[in-house]
Amino acid sequence: MNKDERNARYNAYVESKIPKTHNFPSLIYAFVIGGIICILGQTIKDTLLAIFDTMTPQEASNWASIGLIFLASLLTGLGVFDDIGAIAGAGTIVPITGFSNSIASPALEFKREGIIFGMCSKMFIVAGPVIVNGVVASIVVGLIYLIIGAF
Amino acid sequence: MSSKQTIIFKNQPKIISSYSIAGPKESYSVFAPYFDLVLKDDLWDCDSYEMAERKMLEHVIFNAIERAKMNPKDIDALICGDLLNQIISSSFAARKFDVTYIGLFGACSTMAESLAVGACLVDAGYFDKVACATASHFSSVERQFRMPLELGSQRPPTAQWTVTGGGCSILSNVGKGPKITTATFGKVVDYNITDANNMGAAMAPSAMNTMIQHFINTNTTPDDYDLIVTGDLGKLGAEILIDLMEYNGYKLGQNYMDCGHCIYTNEQNTFMGGSGCGCSALMLNSYIIQKIREKQYNKVLFIATGALLSTTSSFQGESIPGIAHAIVIEN
Repeated sequence: MNKDERNARYNAYVESKIPKTHNFPSLIYAFVIGGIICILGQTIKDTLLAIFDTMTPQEASNWASIGLIFLASLLTGLGVFDDIGAIAGAGTIVPITGFSNSIASPALEFKREGIIFGMCSKMFIVAGPVIVNGVVASIVVGLIYLIIGAF
Repeated sequence: MSSKQTIIFKNQPKIISSYSIAGPKESYSVFAPYFDLVLKDDLWDCDSYEMAERKMLEHVIFNAIERAKMNPKDIDALICGDLLNQIISSSFAARKFDVTYIGLFGACSTMAESLAVGACLVDAGYFDKVACATASHFSSVERQFRMPLELGSQRPPTAQWTVTGGGCSILSNVGKGPKITTATFGKVVDYNITDANNMGAAMAPSAMNTMIQHFINTNTTPDDYDLIVTGDLGKLGAEILIDLMEYNGYKLGQNYMDCGHCIYTNEQNTFMGGSGCGCSALMLNSYIIQKIREKQYNKVLFIATGALLSTTSSFQGESIPGIAHAIVIEN
């Protein structure tokens, strides 16, 4: 048996031994906790709209996002967010809370290497790819929109 | 076919003293009563986790020496390694001791590697007293190899938890204690596992390789040992090793255990169990050595396994080479 064949057989064997993630319960957790976060955001928005007569729905949505970002950063700093995230999975990652946590957690982690070379430079190690891909995607979509709009 | 990997010691160096340290999460282990010091806070009054890891290493070395009723200056050489880049914990800890320092990198196999190297030096008579130590810290290792601690992500089911802990053994030809009779140095074995979250599967073939070679070279079988203990293969890795050994005609029975698999309790949700150089160092220098001293085990085969990857190599898509070193400890 040559090495490639041996490795392929071993990898196939290991694959069969790996315990599978329990999809169904994790889906439920993600749905419920993600849902709670969305309800929280909606609550902030509706409350603001009810209190301030002059506020537009757009402004209220912005404040709701800011509120969720703040809350997620605060919980990250208190060391609670990772425990929630471990149960909720995509439920906390997909809303804006995940983005907030992905910036706050490396900032906390690397502050020991100093403000500039630690915190500031490492802050985006997790969120950086998301920003880059978001910007690139928006350019592509913008170009398509521009081309279609020209006709 | 026998190979030149095995050394049978003529003078049989003795482990005259040992000391272990464990972190707060490890204090829930069923083996916790055997640990010499359990930390309540994993930062241990230090400014960073790296410094805490170094302090742990300094502490185990100092206390193992003291337990042997010696001063640090009585030690001829310090053989030490850890998981951090450029093995800073070991080298920085060695600053505190005015002794010859031999730094090793064997990833999680460091405890067995340092004992094997130390036993060679002592057995040959080049050095009289040698300290062999290693430590790892969950938080320092996690930030180097994986993600920030507070990131709310889910760990895959094959993940292992780096043990916060360490241990030190003092070897000498004179004095009392369990003897190191044989050492088998491992070869680097790679079965093309690329998932850095599945260390057990990456290391199991190297454990098999060293174990089989050891049995052939020493003309023994698994039944000749009271205990066969691997380092940090974890639950999955240990199961794979049992299968691999069976495939090669060796049956690992009740006398086989894996430190990583049994160090944490099921309720701790570490998935596959513990890992890191501290895992096998902690278990060897506490529970295992004590049971040998109490004569409950008289012949122990200790095989520590290491995954020789770096963050650069895993991001570049390279597979994970494994290493395993074995020593036999006898009464």
